[in-house]
Amino acid sequence: MKSIREPGQLLIVDDNRVNRILLARGLEQQGHIIETAENGAQALEKLRAKPFDLVLLDIEMPEMNGYQVLETCLKDSELRDIPIIMTSSLDELNSVVKCIELGAEDYLNKPINPILLQARVNASLEKKRLRDEQRKLFRTFATKEVADELMKSGFSLGGKYVEATVMFADIRSFTSITETHDPSEIIELLNSYFALMFEAIVRHGGTVNQMVGDGLMAVFGVPLQNENHCEKAVCAAIEMVDLLKGFNIRQSDLGKIQIRIGIGIASGKMIAGYTGTEHRATYTCIGDTVNLAARLETHTKQAGKSILMDRNTRDRLNESFTVESLGPVLFKGKLQPIQIFSLR
Amino acid sequence: MLEIDKAAFEELKQMSGASFINELIDAFLDDAPNMIQQLRVSLAAKDVETFRRNAHSLKSNANTFGAVQLAALAKELEFKARENDLEIGNRLEVMNEAFLKVAEELKGMRT
Repeated sequence: MKSIREPGQLLIVDDNRVNRILLARGLEQQGHIIETAENGAQALEKLRAKPFDLVLLDIEMPEMNGYQVLETCLKDSELRDIPIIMTSSLDELNSVVKCIELGAEDYLNKPINPILLQARVNASLEKKRLRDEQRKLFRTFATKEVADELMKSGFSLGGKYVEATVMFADIRSFTSITETHDPSEIIELLNSYFALMFEAIVRHGGTVNQMVGDGLMAVFGVPLQNENHCEKAVCAAIEMVDLLKGFNIRQSDLGKIQIRIGIGIASGKMIAGYTGTEHRATYTCIGDTVNLAARLETHTKQAGKSILMDRNTRDRLNESFTVESLGPVLFKGKLQPIQIFSLR
Repeated sequence: MLEIDKAAFEELKQMSGASFINELIDAFLDDAPNMIQQLRVSLAAKDVETFRRNAHSLKSNANTFGAVQLAALAKELEFKARENDLEIGNRLEVMNEAFLKVAEELKGMRT
C-alpha cells in the first residue's frame, strides 16, 4: 500500500468518545497530527483557528450535525477547500449520498475498516496537496479569483473566442543595459521590475500569462469575464508607469540604473485557451488583436509615448481618461493603417 | 455464549494498536452506562430525538467491538425511534442485560 509522504493535520469530529479515540489512534500511528472535536460548533471553531488538511466528520451529532458543519464549510471561502470525509454507519446510506451531493470528498462506513481508512485519508491528502500546489502556481501569475476560477473550471484544452484586452510591456533599450551592467545587477533589476508590474496588473484584475526576458504579456477580461477590461488594462498601465517613476527615484538615490517602459494595449476578439503539453501548459490568447498590442508596444519608442492603445480600447474608456489621437500608422504585417492613441 | 465477535475485535486491536485497546474498552465501559441511562430518561420524557441518538451511539460502539447482539438490539431501538415509536416493551432492559454481559467479556479482554 502507498505510504504517506508527509503527515497531514487532521480534524476528527465525532460526539462519540470511542469513535474519536479509535480514529485518532489509528491515524496517529500512520504519522498524522490529530485534533478532535466533540460537536459541530467546536469543529468550526478549530477549523477557523488554524489550517487543516482533512476533516473526518460524523453525520449524527447533537445540536449541530454533520450536514450543518459541511454546509457551513462549503459556504465559507476560507474553509471550502478543506476536504471532508463523512463517517457514518451503513444504515445511513441516504445521508451519505446527500453529503456527497453537497460536496463532501468521500465517506467511510462505521465500524471503520483500517485499510479503507488509510487509503481514503491518503488519497484525499494527496488530492489536496496537488490542488494546493496548482493554486500556488496560479497565484504567482494571477489574482486569487482567477486562480479559484481555474481550479473550479479545470483546464478545458479546447480554445474559444473571447472579448478581452491584451497588454504587452517591456523595458526600453534593455539590450544595451544588459551589455553595460553586471549580471547580478540585471537580475536584481528585473526581479524588482517584475514585482512592481505584477502588482499593478494583478490589482486591476489582469493575469500575467507570459514573460520573456524583460517583456511581459498580460490579459484582462479572461479567463475571468470582466466588463471593464479596457479600462482596467489602461488603469493598470497608468499605475505601472507611476510605480516605475518611484522606482527610478529610488534607483537614482542608490546610483543604480533607471529604466523606462513601453506599453501597448489592444482590445477585441481573440482565441483563448491552454497551450502546451500536459506537463507544461500556459493560458494564452492568440489573434490579430494580440499581434496589434505587440506592435503598439514596439511603436511606443518611435512615438515617444509610454502607453499606446488601439481604437477599440479607446472607444470603451470613459470621459475621465484624456486620450490623444496619433493618427493612422501602417504596421508590419497589416494591410490597412491603424488608428493609434496615446494617453495624456 | 460469547458476546464479542473475535475477528471484529482483532481488527479493532490492529487498527487502534494493541496498546490502545485498553483505552478504548475503558472509554466504552465508561460511556455506555451513561447512554443507557440517557435512553431510560428520554424514554420516560418521550424525547424521541435524544432516545434515537443514544441508541445510535450505542449501536455504533457495539459494532466497533464486534458485540453483534448488543448492536442488533440497539439498532432495533434506534429504528423504532426513527419511526417515532417508543412502544418498546422490555427491549431496553433486554439490551441492558446484553450490555452487562458484553462489559464482563470486554473486561477480560483487556491486555
